[in-house]
Amino acid sequence: MRYVEEFRDPTAAKALLAEIEKVTKQIGATKEKPVHIMEICGGHTHAIFRYGLDRLTPEGIEFIHGPGCPVCVLPMSRVDECVQIAEKPNVIFTTFGDAMRVPGTKKSLLQAKADGADIRMVYSPLDALELARRNPDKEVVFFGLGFETTTPSTALSIQQAARDGLTNFSVFCNHITVPEPIKALLDDPYMMLDGFVGPGHVSMVIGVHPYDFIARDYGKPIVVAGFEPLDLLQSVLMVLTQIRDGRAEVENQYARIVPEHGNPISIAAINDVYERRPSFEWRGLGEIDASGLKIRDSYKAFDAEEKFGIGYAAGPRVVQEPDGCECGAVMTGRMKPTACPQFGKGCTPEMPLGALMVSSEGACAAYWQYGGRRAAEPAE
Amino acid sequence: MTLRDDKVTLSHGGGGKAMRDLIAEVFTSVFEPTSREDQARLTHEALLETGAQLAFTTDSYVVTPVEFPGGDIGKIAVCGTVNDLAVGGAKPLWLSAAFIIEEGTEIALLRRIVASMKAEADKAGVKIVTGDTKVVGRGSADKVFITTSGVGVIPAGRDLRADMIQAGDVAIVNGVLGDHGATILAARGDMMLSSDLKSDCAALGHLMEATCTAVPVRACRDATRGGIASALNEMAEAAGCAIEIDEAALPLRAEVKGTCEILGLDPLYLANEGTLVLFVPAEHADAALAAMRSVDTGKGATIIGQAKEGAPMVTMRTAFGGSRIVDMLVGEQLPRIC
Repeated sequence: MRYVEEFRDPTAAKALLAEIEKVTKQIGATKEKPVHIMEICGGHTHAIFRYGLDRLTPEGIEFIHGPGCPVCVLPMSRVDECVQIAEKPNVIFTTFGDAMRVPGTKKSLLQAKADGADIRMVYSPLDALELARRNPDKEVVFFGLGFETTTPSTALSIQQAARDGLTNFSVFCNHITVPEPIKALLDDPYMMLDGFVGPGHVSMVIGVHPYDFIARDYGKPIVVAGFEPLDLLQSVLMVLTQIRDGRAEVENQYARIVPEHGNPISIAAINDVYERRPSFEWRGLGEIDASGLKIRDSYKAFDAEEKFGIGYAAGPRVVQEPDGCECGAVMTGRMKPTACPQFGKGCTPEMPLGALMVSSEGACAAYWQYGGRRAAEPAE
Repeated sequence: MTLRDDKVTLSHGGGGKAMRDLIAEVFTSVFEPTSREDQARLTHEALLETGAQLAFTTDSYVVTPVEFPGGDIGKIAVCGTVNDLAVGGAKPLWLSAAFIIEEGTEIALLRRIVASMKAEADKAGVKIVTGDTKVVGRGSADKVFITTSGVGVIPAGRDLRADMIQAGDVAIVNGVLGDHGATILAARGDMMLSSDLKSDCAALGHLMEATCTAVPVRACRDATRGGIASALNEMAEAAGCAIEIDEAALPLRAEVKGTCEILGLDPLYLANEGTLVLFVPAEHADAALAAMRSVDTGKGATIIGQAKEGAPMVTMRTAFGGSRIVDMLVGEQLPRIC
């Protein structure tokens, strides 16, 4: 696998780790007084554990796992609305695979499917569009979910549906954006973050400049990073170097994929189809201003919320979270997953209580899968 | 030839002449069971040996698509059940085969499936001695479901059990991992992946016989659903010890690795249909490898890890120099969003 294994080379990793060790010392970070680096993206969290980077890096570095997992931050109320749509007669409800298991207040989509709803896993919104073409007597709804990485493909499918004059295709839009929750985290009075590793695939679409405020207004370094272990180690080193030198800049480690200004075609499609919602609900974080996207009036015919009169189209909402769930504290970096009283007890991948245990990219699921069980057991 | 239909209809399940014709022309003419009674009547010299044990297993097979590169549902139905016997150290002898057929299924497809079952059974040295067919309405099954049961004989003195595994024993697989799972994913077509991958589907009776004759095998599992990760976890649990595998030693094809990278799947959890993992005492490792490699299905035999003292769990030394837990799969693997 060319272009993958080069970025997993253990010898190169050793050199980077030695450099990281050196700069961590120069900063004076220790186990007791660590630097807190947030990797925003769930994909990064996953890679950190998969390659054991948390244990290879010095104790003076503490990784805080950010809210960048779209399945994790999906509130239960939205899952309930999915089930509500899916259980309507004559509806084919289509979704990405890993949203199937997310618990709603009553059931998950997987359970709704077992109860008889026509729910199908697709790999792209274009597959849903094809289903709509082949089933003109059915209403095909696509569960639009994800950050700037998946938003353009949903936008393109809506544009295509409009061009084809399809009347039986709509999108239940839950697309969210990365910069706004980061701003919310930085405004949190408990915030203790020293720097960020930014999600490379989001910047592939939006470029690096939407993060300028992090450096300019909050004085924190951010490095847009790739997803292989060497990418991550190099990005951590770049963040540490900025901290040591007293700089706060937006840097791009993932330049082989990320253009400074992103992808203009994707950005144009996003702007054509969506506008900002005044606010959107995040699981564990509550409502965050301007953090969600809504389908514009010009494409209203493809908006499932309008079509079925549910969700934000139905009026004021009640935010529900399961009792005893500390996902919010974990996601803001105030609590380690293993410190949550429910971790491994009331909340496991088999029976997830909170969002972060649901998706394989959630911080708690990653802790569990790659060593959490070890952490949850008493030390020998 | 009295069977004129191209497709199976409900009348083929009605118990009358149409059913008799279907069974006679498509099934018994190929399998040639010796008994025309309602039950097979069996005897075998291996059973006469004092201390020999009868081994009996059953499994149902559902797979979409029913035909795929490297095999079909019939081949899996024979191999899977033969392997369930073989990994226990049994010499597989007889199979039953029960078919649930969806109305509208092409009879030509059934003939192809039956032919591949016959060919595979001959290769594995087993006979399909009894069977059944049922026809269900359209939508009540997906083309054809097959249940095979198998009977074999374990020779006296052979006792393969996961709780026999001891710290220090080495774990050996017979060949590449994940080919079947990745082939099925690609063959379903909704991923638009094209590859030259073929299912590893194979009967492993001869391989096990050669290995068990050469060395004292402690235990063996075939790594079907849930992949090698699930097989190893089951064994660690039963043995009450830790198992450590070495990522760099895992035999994985580049195509399988690539498919997994694209879809966000872990090859350790991909299904196999012709892959087993067995444990032998470390001093017998070389002899075991040699015995396995002498058989076609064991050409790729290689050591992937070792049993260790410690809590029953599976860990992996990563090629990157770290270590991680390889847990049981929760539910099924679902492709990730991004």
